[in-house]
Amino acid sequence: MHEMGICDGILTAAVQAATSAGASRISRIEVSIGELTEVMDDALRFAFDALRRGTMAEEAVLAVNYLEARSQCTECGSEFRHDRFDPKCPECGSYVITLVQGRELRIDAIDAE
Amino acid sequence: MRIDIAKDVLEHNDALAEQNRRRFAEAGVFVVDLMASPGAGKTTTILATIAALRDRYRIAVIEGDIASRVDAEKIAEHGIPAVQINTGGACHLESAMIQRAVDHLDLDALDLVIVENVGNLVCPTEFDLGEHAKVMILSVPEGHDKPYKYPGIFEISEAVILNKYDTLAVFDFDEAEFRSVVGRLNPRAPIFPMSAKTGEGVAAWADWLAARIEAVKEGRDDA
Ligand SMILES: Nc1nc2c(ncn2[C@@H]2O[C@H](COP(=O)(O)OP(=O)(O)O)[C@@H](O)[C@H]2O)c(=O)[nH]1
Ligand SMILES: [Mg+2]
Ligand SMILES: [Zn+2]
Ligand SMILES: [Zn+2]
Repeated sequence: MHEMGICDGILTAAVQAATSAGASRISRIEVSIGELTEVMDDALRFAFDALRRGTMAEEAVLAVNYLEARSQCTECGSEFRHDRFDPKCPECGSYVITLVQGRELRIDAIDAE
Repeated sequence: MRIDIAKDVLEHNDALAEQNRRRFAEAGVFVVDLMASPGAGKTTTILATIAALRDRYRIAVIEGDIASRVDAEKIAEHGIPAVQINTGGACHLESAMIQRAVDHLDLDALDLVIVENVGNLVCPTEFDLGEHAKVMILSVPEGHDKPYKYPGIFEISEAVILNKYDTLAVFDFDEAEFRSVVGRLNPRAPIFPMSAKTGEGVAAWADWLAARIEAVKEGRDDA
């Protein structure tokens, strides 16, 4: 359950940002998570429910933006979306690619007052 | 009010990992992180690796497996420095734990540090320890379809050890299928069929490690 650790990171960053902006309540937390990470939505929400208690994010909504996996082909340069099991360049058929998106674990923004 | 943050959630772990990486580079020591299910043969692989490389390189081990002190003791019996990390039941190692463990080692007097991660195929993939390479061990009895269930660990590994190769005949392990899936998930990673128990195939893995160790010593590899 590394979702606990991840949620802890999300809440710490959110509370820090809210505090330094002089806010005392967080109503929304927006995060981006790449689909190649090992984060499970259910586990993430379970962890969030447990960890937000007693914090200024107690009533916050967790909005998750899942990011699809995208890579750039090293051979021909084209960028494309792919699933994990077939990361093949649709233009030239090469498997020699560099991931450009899909492993993110990022806190984007919060709404606070 | 809206506050933009745009921060990596694991920023703290990544920052400490970066510090570890710098320390390893300065000392010219290669650090490999072994990940696998419990019982796949991490400790046995470490012992086989020590046997293969101890004449050429100065080795130490960081034990992160939660089981007990048993693994660290097994290694220390062979005269190899071993530091046991107390993970407090965590399901993966983090860079802060490595940082504390490394304080117990004389890095300048080492060429290779082997980390035994917690037996888990999911969590260790997200946590950069500052190591040079993550290596995954799959054992034959776990089945050739493991990469379908746990693709992430295969994607981020720089090499894959197929351990307990001596049991291939007993299990319906389809090696061709395994190679094809791993090849699609991670075309760059070499696969080393091996029996940590009999020693079969250990040489190829040890050669791969030796090449990486040399690269670090010469400052060619600071990945
Ligand atoms: N047949 C066979 N057994 C092995 C091999 N490697 C490890 N084992 C056995 O598998 C069990 C678990 O090994 P261990 O190294 O403790 O696994 P760990 O939990 O991943 O560290 C032990 O009983 C080992 O003797 C191997 O290559 N072949
Ligand atoms: Mg072990
Ligand atoms: Zn976990
Ligand atoms: Zn292409």
